[in-house]
Amino acid sequence: MTQQQACTMVEHHPIDALLRQDRIPHIWCSGCGLGTSVTAFVNAVKDCGIPLDKISVVSGIGCTGRVAGYMNLDSFHTTHGRALPFATGLHLGNPSLKVIVFSGDGDLISIGGNHFIHTARRNMDITVICVNNFNYGMTGGQGAPTTPLGAKSTTTPYGNIEFPFSIPHLAAASGATYVARWTALDTRRLKNSMQEAIVRKGFSVVEVISPCPTLYGRLNRLGTGLDMMKFYQENTVIKHGADPASVAIGKDSKIIVGKFVDIERPTYLDMMKQGLGARFKIPIPERCVDKTEIPGDDE
Amino acid sequence: METESGVLTGEHFLSGNEACAEGALAAGCRFFAGYPITPSTEVAEHLAERLPQVGGIFIQMEDELASMNAILGAAWAGRKTMSATSGPGFSLMMENLGLGIITETPCVIVNVQRGGPSTGLPTLVGQADMMQAKWGSHGPYEIIALCPSSAQECFDFTVKAFNLSEQYRTPVLVMSDEVVGHMTEKVVIPPADKIEITKRRTPRVPPEKYLPYDPDPDGVPQMALAGQGYKMHITGLTHDKKGYPVITEEAQVALIGRLIDKIRKNRDKIIQYEEEQCEGADVIVCSYGISARISQLAIQNARAEGIKVGVLKLIVVWPFPEKKIDELAGKTKGFVVPEINCGQISLEVERCAHGKAKVILVPHAGGGTHNPDKILEAIRRAAA
Repeated sequence: MTQQQACTMVEHHPIDALLRQDRIPHIWCSGCGLGTSVTAFVNAVKDCGIPLDKISVVSGIGCTGRVAGYMNLDSFHTTHGRALPFATGLHLGNPSLKVIVFSGDGDLISIGGNHFIHTARRNMDITVICVNNFNYGMTGGQGAPTTPLGAKSTTTPYGNIEFPFSIPHLAAASGATYVARWTALDTRRLKNSMQEAIVRKGFSVVEVISPCPTLYGRLNRLGTGLDMMKFYQENTVIKHGADPASVAIGKDSKIIVGKFVDIERPTYLDMMKQGLGARFKIPIPERCVDKTEIPGDDE
Repeated sequence: METESGVLTGEHFLSGNEACAEGALAAGCRFFAGYPITPSTEVAEHLAERLPQVGGIFIQMEDELASMNAILGAAWAGRKTMSATSGPGFSLMMENLGLGIITETPCVIVNVQRGGPSTGLPTLVGQADMMQAKWGSHGPYEIIALCPSSAQECFDFTVKAFNLSEQYRTPVLVMSDEVVGHMTEKVVIPPADKIEITKRRTPRVPPEKYLPYDPDPDGVPQMALAGQGYKMHITGLTHDKKGYPVITEEAQVALIGRLIDKIRKNRDKIIQYEEEQCEGADVIVCSYGISARISQLAIQNARAEGIKVGVLKLIVVWPFPEKKIDELAGKTKGFVVPEINCGQISLEVERCAHGKAKVILVPHAGGGTHNPDKILEAIRRAAA
């Protein structure tokens, strides 16, 4: 690369076209992990090889629920917990679409928990990006089904006494065919994993461990967003293929990340074709999947 | 005889629930999401069998919350969609009925009413969700609801419900009841080309000029579908013409005003009722659903006694025929309103009669239909 090329000014950031510029600035706090999560996501969408017109993003409610609203794609901001059944209708209504649900832990795992396990059970061809910040950010830092034991929130002022869900364990046990977890610090691995999840057929789940310095971090004296990222840097252990039952997160525990599940299983529509296709002409178009090169972990 | 359109043209012996399902298919419904619940389950069962035959998709969801959302999602994928339920499921659907209203998503929900509250009387009739149909989801809105009283009307009104949902881009309710749903009678299904079908109003402008919530002169915006390159944003938050969230009083007043006006200002086109011998009537029996049929014997007996009885049978219950009731109230002594609840539509009749005529409710808590003698008694009192 010549000096001149290196200095060339560009008018637009390479991901500008995928964001609704007229909605920026966004509502998220400084230090929140959603910025890096969305950047990773946009890059994954850009590189996944699927025509952008064929991608729909569906969110529920909460801080992460606002992601759909910033994506310059067909985007649906639904009600609390209901992103997955809405996405199911969208996907079955037009199987040529790639439907991605981007929402938070409270939305997907608490109020939407039943939808989560059933969509996984059916192996619906939908990708879920679940940003887990261990609390309800939008409403002011209440306890979540992911809040670690002993951790403080505004509704667990004496420390959480409820056993939390481990999202990869729940996803794998319910039937997800791709399950990965990264932190918001691991932007490159996160992007690659999101890209892989998007092109995989079946119910794929990527959990993103994300700092919420404004609430969860403050209530548990974890410092600034940067301090929380530093904690991830020092306490993240990459363990591909780890048993999803073994990756639960404690209050101050190590965070096990990596790709835990990557298997093949017929999707809901595969089963429908198999079960009914011979007898009826149900037009089920294949979803657009172009060849995509997913960079490896260690590049 | 089956045609490609999915229309089972001919004479059939169908239950009300089966007729609703066939009406949906005839209207072009190709996606159904539902959850089993008595006494509506036959709608789902019938469509589980029939939809694959016509290239449609049936899915049994995990609950009615999911069912309601799935039909909204599939509508944005371009399908005509429906769900069917009863009391407890209808309560669960209220959450996302609101999402359908604010995002202006066409779809149809059939509620085969049973006795309530709560689990109430799963297998027995009720008509006590009429106000829930009107007000059940939170926030200000207007709804369209129809009430069939026979299997034929289940077919006809389900077709009409789909047409209204496309015309006004809003969820439409078919408020059936257990007796109508389970009653089996003759249903005539016309040839496909004789069934009027309203098509979806898709964008007439290219994506760069498209505003998802910029209405046509009748208050209804054009609807883009996912995957067509329109890159629209659809939200349950109060939004502007672009579809972007705007959390202000002004945006709320503008959006809600339009959502309400698109129904209210078009109500004369939406409202439908059947009127019989109302000219010069001493008493008008105003009813709907199964109660409209149960009233027939009481009306005949009252006429035999020399009482001039008119009939106003409501087809579209919401929006309510305010003007009609007001007009009739000035010319009659009283209204008799038999309904299988403890006073819902009777309150509307009372409101719209403006004190010009008395309004006598014939209540029934549910579990059965009225004894016609009770209705006759009320007619006598109204005539007195």
